[in-house]
Amino acid sequence: MTAQPILQLRNLTKAFGGLRAVDNIDLDIQEGEFFTIVGPSGSGKTTMLRMLTGMEFPTSGEILLRGKRINDLPANKRPTCMVFQSLALFPHRSVGQNIEFSMKMKGIAPDLRQKRARELMAQLRLPDTYYTKNVTKCSGGERQRVALARALAYEPDILFFDEPLSAIDYKLRKTLEKELKDIHRETGKTFIYITHSLEEAMVMSDRIGVMRAGKLVQVGSPQEIYSAPRTKFVSEFIGDVNVLAVKADGKDQVRSAELEGRFKSPPIPQGMSDGYLVVRPESLRFIDKRSDAENSIEGILYNEYVLGSRVQYQVRVGERVFIVEKLRQQGFEGKRGDKVLIGWDAVDSILVSD
Amino acid sequence: MSTLAKLFPPGARQALPVLLFLLCGFVAPLLAVIAYSFVPPRTFSLWQPWTLENYVEIFNSSSYITFLWSLGLAAATVIILALICYPIAFGLARVFGRWATLITLLFTLPLFVSENVRIYGWILFFIKNGVLLGSLKSMFGWELESALFTVGLTLLGMVYVYLPFMLFPMTLGVSMVPQQTREAAFDLGATRWQVFKEVDLPLAMPGIIIGFLLTFVLAVGAIVESKVLGGQRIIPITHDIEIAFTYAQNWPLGAALSVLLMLVVGALVLLVLRRFDLDSILGRR
Repeated sequence: MTAQPILQLRNLTKAFGGLRAVDNIDLDIQEGEFFTIVGPSGSGKTTMLRMLTGMEFPTSGEILLRGKRINDLPANKRPTCMVFQSLALFPHRSVGQNIEFSMKMKGIAPDLRQKRARELMAQLRLPDTYYTKNVTKCSGGERQRVALARALAYEPDILFFDEPLSAIDYKLRKTLEKELKDIHRETGKTFIYITHSLEEAMVMSDRIGVMRAGKLVQVGSPQEIYSAPRTKFVSEFIGDVNVLAVKADGKDQVRSAELEGRFKSPPIPQGMSDGYLVVRPESLRFIDKRSDAENSIEGILYNEYVLGSRVQYQVRVGERVFIVEKLRQQGFEGKRGDKVLIGWDAVDSILVSD
Repeated sequence: MSTLAKLFPPGARQALPVLLFLLCGFVAPLLAVIAYSFVPPRTFSLWQPWTLENYVEIFNSSSYITFLWSLGLAAATVIILALICYPIAFGLARVFGRWATLITLLFTLPLFVSENVRIYGWILFFIKNGVLLGSLKSMFGWELESALFTVGLTLLGMVYVYLPFMLFPMTLGVSMVPQQTREAAFDLGATRWQVFKEVDLPLAMPGIIIGFLLTFVLAVGAIVESKVLGGQRIIPITHDIEIAFTYAQNWPLGAALSVLLMLVVGALVLLVLRRFDLDSILGRR
């Protein structure tokens, strides 16, 4: 990672009135990287993307493309291209005309345009006969591919994606996620993707940046984000987790006021007094006796859901509900209302700050 | 099911009142006009041998000049309105934001005042020693010729009167263009002009075409503007028709002129609708 980053953001800020939609972001993105920005709606990720594409302009800070400041360059002058959430295909044009649009704007000869368009269609597994088909008659998945082909035809240095898969049903989405990853590898281009689904980000990305209220709260590989979230927000963003507000109580022990108990935890960082103990559902297990795990809680089996290959159990402890997940073949024999003991080891838990 | 019920399914029965109303109020007068155009000149009875004399008379007279004036003025009105209204429509749909409602209201308000009253208002404005020339004279001592009673002012009056009929369909058309589609074109390297040509214009076309047709059909039938503002400097076809039905008491000739006008306008409308298939523009077919 000694090469110059393709894209550098320096103190990037966008304010709308008093609201800082994007707040002082610093970020380097390497050439060829698949970088995903994840955040809930209103976290500023769309505003950030619009600044990167040149459809909004920063209030302050800098955007550097290969070391050159591009802050004030409008979208049509930037060597970047975006796949929109709505795809924004041209409904009055055929598949071929859509893909060729940018080449036509540049004044490239029709036969060259057509040759390139057909190459891209082949690369994206669009039937050659679709060249003259109206885009509005294509299926959802086909339209995604047309939008991607249209963006690739621009030969951008960076490709942006604004949640293009969010409106697609689960099965097709999974297929397209893998296809997109393949295209990324084949083209070697830099992809910057935004989504509100960390699950989607995990599948495709080399690195993930999590945004909250205009700030980038954590940047790391999918593995880092998953196994070492730094804050409660990031840990909860991944999906169902068990989070317990705790106070430090020794070197590797915490105390929960809510459960009136002490638990073994990973080593507590210097100076941390309040925090949250996070235990993922798959790290929790049903045990027979308290000595089977470093930490244990007694509760009542409250509900059971089958999630395909996994089964999720809800265990009530006082007013709290803990979630336990197991692979289906390791299923747990228990009836609703049974008293159960759940446990985990300190290494399987994560200590995070607010 | 009885034969009666089969002949008149519920839908047809429900439509009956409207159907009767349209037959009496729309089809019957139209048929009467068409029929009158075939009776001998200066007669008032439909029950006599039919003839083509009226049409022969029109083609042998100089009526084609009034036809051309009407069509020409209407075409000019449509072109001028298109140029004026597109920027306003774009503003209403994209730029003005919450002011759009107020501005729309300002454009609608004149419609609540009778067309004749508004036209006479223009007279007071343009007449010698009127609002415009009177003010210029008293303030600067300039004595200018009045623009009244010219073809130009006739055109101005038509542009003014038919503006809402172009503006509102056009605004609808422009607001139908998805913002993201425009941005996508821009992002793909299109200049502002290219975005306009490749995305804005084709996608707003249904609204624009409806505006064109509406204003053209109305403007071909315009009469007050040339009579009052134009001072009869030119005679539009509508004026000829009016004269035939009133002073000249030659209903058959007036009817024949009306039928010809309807044919010409109808043919033009069909031609445009065929050239710009609204459904295919929208990608629905």
